[in-house]
Amino acid sequence: MFIFYAKLLFSSHFLCLILQQSINMKILVCMSVVPDTTTKITFTDNNTKFNTAGVQFIINPYDELSLTKALEITEKSGGSVTVATVGLADADAVIRKALAIGANDAIRINANPSDGQFVAEQLAAIAQQGAYDMVLTGRESIDYNGGQVCGLLGALLNWPSVNVCTKMDVIDGKAHFERDIDGGRETIEAVLPVVASAQKDLCEPRIPNMKGIMAARTKPLTVVEPIAVDGFGQYNSFENPIAKQAVKLFDAQNAAQLIDALKNEAKVI
Amino acid sequence: MTGIYAENSEGIFKKSVLEAASYASQISTDGVTAICIGSPNDGEADKLAKYGVTKLIIVEGLTAFDAQNYSKAMAAHLAGIKTLVIANTYEGKALAPRVAVLMNASLATNVVALPDTSNGFVVKRGVFSGKGFAHVQLSRENKIVAITPNSIELKENQVSIVVEKTAVSETGNLTKITASNKAAGKIPLTEAEIVVSAGRGMKGPENWGMVEELAGLLGAATACSKPVSDMDWRPHSEHVGQTGITIKPNLYIAIGISGAIQHLAGVSSSKVIVVINKDPEAPFFKAADYGIVGDAFEVLPQLIAAAKAAQN
Ligand SMILES: Cc1cc2nc3c(=O)[nH]c(=O)nc-3n(C[C@H](O)[C@H](O)[C@H](O)COP(=O)(O)OP(=O)(O)OC[C@H]3O[C@@H](n4cnc5c(N)ncnc54)[C@H](O)[C@@H]3O)c2cc1C
Ligand SMILES: Nc1ncnc2c1ncn2[C@@H]1O[C@H](COP(=O)(O)O)[C@@H](O)[C@H]1O
Repeated sequence: MFIFYAKLLFSSHFLCLILQQSINMKILVCMSVVPDTTTKITFTDNNTKFNTAGVQFIINPYDELSLTKALEITEKSGGSVTVATVGLADADAVIRKALAIGANDAIRINANPSDGQFVAEQLAAIAQQGAYDMVLTGRESIDYNGGQVCGLLGALLNWPSVNVCTKMDVIDGKAHFERDIDGGRETIEAVLPVVASAQKDLCEPRIPNMKGIMAARTKPLTVVEPIAVDGFGQYNSFENPIAKQAVKLFDAQNAAQLIDALKNEAKVI
Repeated sequence: MTGIYAENSEGIFKKSVLEAASYASQISTDGVTAICIGSPNDGEADKLAKYGVTKLIIVEGLTAFDAQNYSKAMAAHLAGIKTLVIANTYEGKALAPRVAVLMNASLATNVVALPDTSNGFVVKRGVFSGKGFAHVQLSRENKIVAITPNSIELKENQVSIVVEKTAVSETGNLTKITASNKAAGKIPLTEAEIVVSAGRGMKGPENWGMVEELAGLLGAATACSKPVSDMDWRPHSEHVGQTGITIKPNLYIAIGISGAIQHLAGVSSSKVIVVINKDPEAPFFKAADYGIVGDAFEVLPQLIAAAKAAQN
């Protein structure tokens, strides 16, 4: 009996060494589901709604990065990665893709993700229940481009928030980041728990393989109902940018005329 | 009362702060209060007064930027401020959401125009990466409007300004900046009024001398397409587009860039777009105001010569 316990102790200790300090990071990756980047954006119902007809939906590209980074961190330190999405049932197919890439489980908050403030309140509630060490978001959602959720979560949870990160790592229980600042980059360390947002360059996004796709079918995807939140406002209407006039072409042999037009006609130089 | 965040860039209030001031003074009936964290240089307060700021609160004592500490320091001076205008710089984007929670405000980012107040408070904001705009009604009593640089025209409104100084003590920082690397002397892309950008059509990094020379002559920042930064021909900080930086300069010159939809997403709001491409079918021409169908290696030297001539 004694020997058995000793063995168990020894082997779990051994495992710890393999997993480098084994701090077992619990990471929540907030993922939005957005139109494919090549989508032609149009509006319906008298320009009050985004026209989803024929649109293919994907994982928000920045969230693909934070998901990949979360997997890299937990593979090193031990722990688990949970994906959380505020969305309706049609988001499930995309959530399964995140599970196929490697997330352990997923939570869908069953609501229309109407705006960043509503979304952040929902995600904050999930983050609070789960005792996460790190909550990751993307720099922005490429649909409504709020770029709000990271900071909102930081304030709602009263955690530090570090946005537009081009590097992330956890060493000795501390988070290390590199992030974009106006006109450059800086490195920054933060105590856990922390919220951080992914900027391009963070990593190469992983794509699902066959094994991952098979495994994703049986991974848990829990659906929860939203909490009540104070309204922030509403989207009244949408419009497309005004179409450009036909381009004015100059002869390659007379490039100087272009400089003249920019100076005297467009008056921009 | 309307407020602005006067971001302090090494003691200077940049154009984006003056745009926020112009915005605030046009929607306010009882003055504009600016909050600055750090110590602005002498004379900077006068710059704000020129654009309608009646009071500047300088908060000293915080040494390094930390979104949590900064937002708390700001929130302590927001009494009476119902609408707060913040420029959408990286620092502004880090702060605006945190302050929104602290002041229980409706938050709108990427705002590109003055609000319509005929029926409530409706802002126009960019959505779908430059492929659309939304008109959003902000319903909470407190509001934060984060404006896109270069979208709000500067409007002078000379007033007299009162300057107040206070200090907070820096305690319990949960983040620590360990190194900072700013490209000294270079115009940050997001603030540049003219941007000269080049793509895979330039063939290799050794050919960027011409691009930089033209940019230098025009007082422009340089940018590039995604594959160019992916191949390390140019630094990643120059990559514009859907997954790069979104810019809105007065003039965007695209050389040897095809004009893929993801590239356009980051630049299509530029006021004037010039495209130089040897392929007349390049999609970028559809988004351009001016263009030259031709080989960049022939066109660029001519443009450089013409830009030099125009300077004299
Ligand atoms: C999810 C996703 C996100 C993306 N995000 C971005 C992004 O943020 N930014 C971005 O830029 N791209 C992005 N892309 C890539 C984008 O789809 C294009 O592949 C890219 O913009 C092409 O870059 P380019 O125009 O430099 O190169 P190319 O498409 O190879 O075009 C080169 C152009 O140069 C012209 N040319 C060649 N030689 C000459 C010459 N001697 N003189 C003049 N013209 C010449 C050619 O006619 C051609 O039009 C993204 C793609 C995906 C899938
Ligand atoms: N509906 C959503 N569900 C889960 N996470 C979201 C949702 N919308 C936005 N996010 C997260 O917040 C980030 C920034 O989004 P936004 O502030 O909306 O631009 C995204 O990259 C996601 O990580």
